[in-house]
Amino acid sequence: MATSDLKTKDPGVDPATGEFLVVGRGQTFRSITEKISRIVLTPHTPMGWFALFTVAGGGATMLMVAVVWLFLKGVGIWAISQPVAWGFAIINFVWWIGIGHAGTLISAILLLFKQQWRNAISRFAEAMTIFAVVCAGLFPLIHVGRPWLGYWLFPLPFTMTVWPQFRSPLLWDVFAVSTYATISVVFWYIGMVPDLATFRDRADSKIARYFYGMISLGWRGSIRHWMRYETASLLLAGLATPLVLSVHTVISFDFAVAVLPGWHTTIFPPYFVAGAIYSGFAMVLTLAIPLRKFYGLEQLVTERHIDNMGKVMLATGFIVAYGYGLEAFMAWYSASHWEAFMFWNRAFGPMGWSYWVLVTCNLAIPLTTLWVRKLRTNIAFMFFISIVVNTGMWFERFVIVVTSLYRDFLPSSWGTYRATKWDYMTFVGTLGLFTFLFLLFVRLLPMIPMNEIRILLPQAKVKPKSAVEAGD
Amino acid sequence: MPPREGTYGLLAEFDTPGDLVRAVRQAHQDGWRRLDCYTPYPVEEAAEAIGFHRNKVPLLTLLGGLIGGAAMFSMETWISTLAYPLNIAGRPTYSWPAFVVPAYEWTILWAGLSAAFGMLALNGLPSLYHPLFNAPNFRDGATTDKFFLCLEALDPKFDLVEAKAYLESFTPVSVVEVDY
Repeated sequence: MATSDLKTKDPGVDPATGEFLVVGRGQTFRSITEKISRIVLTPHTPMGWFALFTVAGGGATMLMVAVVWLFLKGVGIWAISQPVAWGFAIINFVWWIGIGHAGTLISAILLLFKQQWRNAISRFAEAMTIFAVVCAGLFPLIHVGRPWLGYWLFPLPFTMTVWPQFRSPLLWDVFAVSTYATISVVFWYIGMVPDLATFRDRADSKIARYFYGMISLGWRGSIRHWMRYETASLLLAGLATPLVLSVHTVISFDFAVAVLPGWHTTIFPPYFVAGAIYSGFAMVLTLAIPLRKFYGLEQLVTERHIDNMGKVMLATGFIVAYGYGLEAFMAWYSASHWEAFMFWNRAFGPMGWSYWVLVTCNLAIPLTTLWVRKLRTNIAFMFFISIVVNTGMWFERFVIVVTSLYRDFLPSSWGTYRATKWDYMTFVGTLGLFTFLFLLFVRLLPMIPMNEIRILLPQAKVKPKSAVEAGD
Repeated sequence: MPPREGTYGLLAEFDTPGDLVRAVRQAHQDGWRRLDCYTPYPVEEAAEAIGFHRNKVPLLTLLGGLIGGAAMFSMETWISTLAYPLNIAGRPTYSWPAFVVPAYEWTILWAGLSAAFGMLALNGLPSLYHPLFNAPNFRDGATTDKFFLCLEALDPKFDLVEAKAYLESFTPVSVVEVDY
C-alpha cells in the first residue's frame, strides 16, 4: 500500500505524491506572516493559556518558597549528606542543561547541515534552551550553601586577593555554562530581530508598536543588512556547534575526573552529549505537539518534523544504549573489584529499581518502537514517547549520581538517599518556572521564525526570465 | 554630510523576488550605485546584483575569538603562577592543558559576541528612525511579502523625474517618493 493511500487528508502529506511536506501547501508569504503574528498580536489571550499560566505560576511560586527556605535554613533541608553529597541539585542541573542542548542542535548544527525542516521548530527550540539553562543554572547557585558569595566563582579582583583554581572541572563548568547561556541568548535574539520588525509593522496597538519597535532595533530588511545578518547567523551557528558539544563534555568531567567507580570512565563525554540530545529532542516534542495543536500550526510544524525528530531520538538513543553497554562491559573487563561491585549494586542493589526504570524508559520502550514510521507519525504516541524519554533521562542522572555514591569503597560509610519534600518542591518548581517562561515567550515573541519559513516557499526562489515568460 | 531634508529617494515596489532582481541588476549595470533593496527574507541574487559580495563580519569574529581566548589563557597563567599559586596534588602551577578548557569557552564567547554585535554595528543598528518608514507602502510590505528597490537621491545620476520614469520602465506595482 502506497503512503498516499494511507492518509491523503493529512495536512502534513502531499496528496499528489505522498511526500511529507516541510510547509503545508498553498501558503503565501502573507498567510504565513499573518498566521504567526496573529498568535501574538491578537488582544485576546486564549483561556487555556491563562489556565496553564496560573498552574505554571503556582509552580514558580513554589520554587520561590523552597529557595527562600533553603536560604534561611541552609542545604541541610535537602537530603544531601554523606555519602550522597550530590543529590537532586546536580541531577536536575545535568537534566535541564541536557534538555537545552537539543535547542542548540536544531538551531545551529542542523542549520550548518542545511536541514531546512528545522526552520519551523528552531525558534521555540532555542527558547526551550534558554529557559532550560535558566533552570539548570539555578541549581549550582543555590547549592553552593552561601549563594551571596556566588561571585567567588568568577576571577574577580577582591581585596583579599583570592583567585579561583583553574585546574578544577567545576570551575570549567562556570565558564562553559555561562558562555552557553550568553551565546544562546544572543543567537536567539539576533534570529528574532527581523520577525520583531514584522510585528512592529503589523501591530495595531500603540504599546505593541512601541515595544516591538524598540526591540527590533530599526530593522528594515536592507539587502546589505541581510547579507551581514546571514553571515553572522552562520558564524554563530558554527560557534554554537563546538560550544554545545563542549558544555556537556565539561559537565561529564565533573564526574569522570573523580576516582569513584561509576564516574571514572572515558565514555562519559560522548555518552553525556548523546543523552543530552536524546532528552532535548524529547522535550521539543513535549512542547511542539501541544503547541501545534493549540495554535493550529499543523501546516508549519508538520508530521515530517515529528517523524524526523523521532529518527534523531532513535539514533541518539542507540548511542546512549552503547554508553550503558560499555559501562557494564568495563565493569567486567576492568577486572576491578570496585567497578564490578558498583555495577552489580547499581542494577540489583537496594536502589536497583531506578536502574530498571532507566532501562525501560530509555531503551526498552523507545528503541523498539521508534523504528516504525507509522508510530513515528502517530502524534499521540510520539507525545507519550517524549514523556517516557524525559523521565528515563532524569533517572539516568539519578542513577549516575546516587547509585555511584551511596555505596563506595568503605562499607562502614555506606548510606542511602531519600529526597525530602524540599527537593521535590525545588524540582517541580523549576518545571513550573520553565513552563511559566515558555508561556510568556509564546504570548509575546514570534515562536516560529517567519523569515526562515518564507525562504522555504516555492515562490521565494528567483526564477530565470525564460521560466517566467513560459508561464511557470 | 549632505543636508537631511528634501527627497531621500524613490521607492519601487515589486510583487516577486524575480522582478526585483531583474530591476536591480539592470539598474546596477546602468551605473546606479546609491541604491538598496528591501526584502522580507534574504534574497542573495539581489545582493549579487548590487555587487555586495563580502562583508567584515567574519574578520571581526576572528579577532574577537583570538582576543577572548588569549585573554583567558593569559589570565589563567597569571593567576596560577604569580597571583595565587596553589599546590594541587603536586601538579605544576603552569598546567596549561587544564587552562585550555576555559580559554576555549572564552574564544567562543567573544567570537560570538563580536559576530552578533559586529553585525549590528556594521549595519548601523539600532537606528529606530529611517526615512523609508515614511513611505506609505513600506511598512506593510517590506517585512511581510513585498520587494522594494530604492534609488537614493545621493546618487549623482539622480533626477526626480528621470529616475521615476526609469523605475516605471521595470513595471513595478508602484513608485513613491520618500522624504527625509
